[in-house]
Amino acid sequence: MTALTFTVVVLTISLLAGMLGALTGLGGGVVVVPVLTLALGVDMKYAIGASLVSVIATSSGAAAAYVREGYSNIRIGMFLEIATTMGAILGAYLTSRVSTHALAIVFGLVLLQAAYLSFKGAPEDAERVESDALARRLRMGGSYPVAGTLRTYGVRNVPGGFSLMFGAGALSGLLGIGSGAVKVIAMDRVMRIPFKVSTTTSNFMIGVTAAASAGLYFHNGYINPHVAMPVMLGVATGALVGAKLLVHMHVKTLRTIFGFVILALAIEMIVSGIGGRV
Amino acid sequence: MNDRRLEDIIGQLLRAGVLLSAVTVLAGGILYLAGNHAAQVHDHVFAPGGPDTRTLAGIVRSAAHGESAGIIQLGLLLLVLTPVARVAVAIVGFLLERDRFYAMVSLIVLAILTFSLMHVT
Repeated sequence: MTALTFTVVVLTISLLAGMLGALTGLGGGVVVVPVLTLALGVDMKYAIGASLVSVIATSSGAAAAYVREGYSNIRIGMFLEIATTMGAILGAYLTSRVSTHALAIVFGLVLLQAAYLSFKGAPEDAERVESDALARRLRMGGSYPVAGTLRTYGVRNVPGGFSLMFGAGALSGLLGIGSGAVKVIAMDRVMRIPFKVSTTTSNFMIGVTAAASAGLYFHNGYINPHVAMPVMLGVATGALVGAKLLVHMHVKTLRTIFGFVILALAIEMIVSGIGGRV
Repeated sequence: MNDRRLEDIIGQLLRAGVLLSAVTVLAGGILYLAGNHAAQVHDHVFAPGGPDTRTLAGIVRSAAHGESAGIIQLGLLLLVLTPVARVAVAIVGFLLERDRFYAMVSLIVLAILTFSLMHVT
């Protein structure tokens, strides 16, 4: 394949991945990495390196819009970033120690969970809770707009959320993905933060988490300019288009279709990993 | 200075950083394709490049010589620095709010990020 063909193909795939990632809320990385490795035969370490930088672009690019809507909670985000960045460094270290076969299998398992989430759809907003003692001391509670009025919320189980965030960071560093799904579970399910606040705060945190792995990724040579260039430009542009389309699209059908695609990628990734083909 | 104002500044800063990075990467990409569009690619084997794509000094040197790979890597480094700048601005913002605890939390995050980025030097 010539450099021009390769760039155009990767750019197109990344554009679609970024769009789908934004529309379904699963992020572009989970699609781009398996397609690059399985369909184009790109070395997985280059694929996850390219995915990692595209994750920073998507997260940082979208942050301005989310902030204006007044959903994200900067105190919760910053506090939990201590956990995600430490986890990310551990994950990035592990990536250089683990074989690509093992990485492919772990990636496949993460895809299985993503497929499950897209079939299940967004959860009902959990019942509001009062902050517990630790969350009150950390002043984590806040308010967010619901139908024109500000609704206050409390926060629970900070240690539980913090621990899970360490795992989310490690997964992000290991696989070059945003691991937004795990971050949302940590906030929404474990810490009982409203879903909308959880998703926007998670998006805010993804860029900082990924930046913590980036230093090691550069050092290890995972950031290949000729792979990362079309992936970063494609995913970032696709995410921008996806966010605009989101208002007009029937997301539920799309999530289901996307779920099947991810499921197929998950199986292929695990089989290829076990068979030693990735 | 309140939380909303602070978050708005941070959001704008991030957007500007991404835009600057994307323009740099695009410029490097066009330069790369202009000179190498017919070259065969070999990205199926992991073979880490030299310092020109892996260390700060090497990337800056390569970009200053107008080499496409160096310009792309420089753009990607700029991208990595946007969330770092975000954390630094948050420290200042929390200090202006006289919130010393969260200024300290942000400082810890910045220290962790700095530790990681030291691997590039």
